[in-house]
Amino acid sequence: MSPAESDGEVGAEADGEPSDGSNGASVESELVADVLDGKHRALARVISKIEDRSPGYRDIVSELHRHTGHAEVLGVTGSPGAGKSTLVDKLARTYRDQGETVGVIAVDPSSPYTGGAVLGDRIRMASNVGDMDVFFRSMSARGTLGGLSTATADAVKALDAFGKDRIIIETVGAGQNEVDIVRTADTVCVLVQPGSGDDVQMLKAGILEIGDVFVVNKADMDGAQRTVAELEEMIHMRQNPGKNLDTGHHGPVDEDEMADVAIDDAEEEAWDPEVVETVATSGDGIEELVETLAAHRTWLEDTGALAEKARTRYAAEIRQLLRADAARILEEELADRGGVDGLADRVVDRETDPYTVAAEVIEPIEECVRERRE
Amino acid sequence: MSTQEQEERTIRCLIAKVGLDGHDRGAHVISRAFRDAGFEVIYSGLHRAPDEIVQAAVQEDVDVLGISILSGAHNTLVPKIIAGLEEYDAFEDTLILVGGIVPDDDREELLEMGVSAVFGPGTPMEDTIEFVRENVHERK
Repeated sequence: MSPAESDGEVGAEADGEPSDGSNGASVESELVADVLDGKHRALARVISKIEDRSPGYRDIVSELHRHTGHAEVLGVTGSPGAGKSTLVDKLARTYRDQGETVGVIAVDPSSPYTGGAVLGDRIRMASNVGDMDVFFRSMSARGTLGGLSTATADAVKALDAFGKDRIIIETVGAGQNEVDIVRTADTVCVLVQPGSGDDVQMLKAGILEIGDVFVVNKADMDGAQRTVAELEEMIHMRQNPGKNLDTGHHGPVDEDEMADVAIDDAEEEAWDPEVVETVATSGDGIEELVETLAAHRTWLEDTGALAEKARTRYAAEIRQLLRADAARILEEELADRGGVDGLADRVVDRETDPYTVAAEVIEPIEECVRERRE
Repeated sequence: MSTQEQEERTIRCLIAKVGLDGHDRGAHVISRAFRDAGFEVIYSGLHRAPDEIVQAAVQEDVDVLGISILSGAHNTLVPKIIAGLEEYDAFEDTLILVGGIVPDDDREELLEMGVSAVFGPGTPMEDTIEFVRENVHERK
């Protein structure tokens, strides 16, 4: 129930080694202390700072990190109109009835032209209005690539440190970026709408690979049974290596996903994705869904998959931060050389070529790094 | 969007319909206009209680709260919202705008209460956007 369960008042000012001597540090420490103290305004402000990448947000997230690790994180994704918001609303209500506190992050697209966005999911949180223990926050994609998943992961940390028992991330599952976001979750729930396409849609990469639990929402609609049957069939094929369709499971692999595959193979009792039918508007099937989600949680804990997931996730996070920092250093280096346009002009004029330019820019940096290492 | 633009703070707005009036075309139009101006807009939906608006404004950490009222109930609803914002220390850095049908006498009263501007029917959209850009509060 109560936020700031662990350390409460032990403010960051007291024990947090001030990460730098800059005069901005006190504002950040104060915010962190207020978040741990359960102040909604401070939590809201911290999430804004995370979204804006305001100066000092990294210090805040670092300080919050050691107060995290208590919340159970659920990702909910699916195509627009599948009923995600309504389902999330009902899930939040159910968890609240169990006496737990809930944080929700709802991600909506932003305009690629103006950066503006209308964030409309809040309207559907009808069951939880006036209940401050459901902290609902809208986030826009802000047209960034990769950056959104970092911001979402950091916002999850803020909610976790605040003391939320359950955190739900809701996002439209249309592209790769969104897939990244749901990786932030321990359990991923994919919503499928009845009649949302032929069986080729189900063969396509993405949707089947990320789901731990599949929800056929609007199960009272025509064609719901067929959709359930198709899903079951696809999942069954995916689970059966004898059918030789297993290669589609983890399509284009990077190192992080390789780790995932390794666990999957090593696990004696792999998780068999479940298909649940719901009618979110009426609440039908929500209880069964909650039970299925709990079963997945138990599986995660019993098999050690949860710990492995956390490690994989933090490894990915470290890599992502390093890439962003390295990119910044490179931008500075480019600016120092008069900007990338001048270099591009020289390439256009055939004075040089992109490979040579890249080698020239990176060489001094590489040299520095090598010297430091030795 | 370039990297520089991302580093700028995005203006976040809550467009709120409070009380019983059931007409939100104006709220939709302003939401769209704000979106096109590059703001992030959260729309509350119809028939909200002042508490719900306060909850949304606090959690979403909005810079601007635009309250649209056509029913004439602004004198009872707006003070409740302001009191709620004060309770969560959110009043001072939220720019409060009221749009809709507001008689001149009431207008003064709203401004005294802490509303920054009242926009009546026919206000050009650019004026409202300009007002937001110029008056949005600085944040720590």
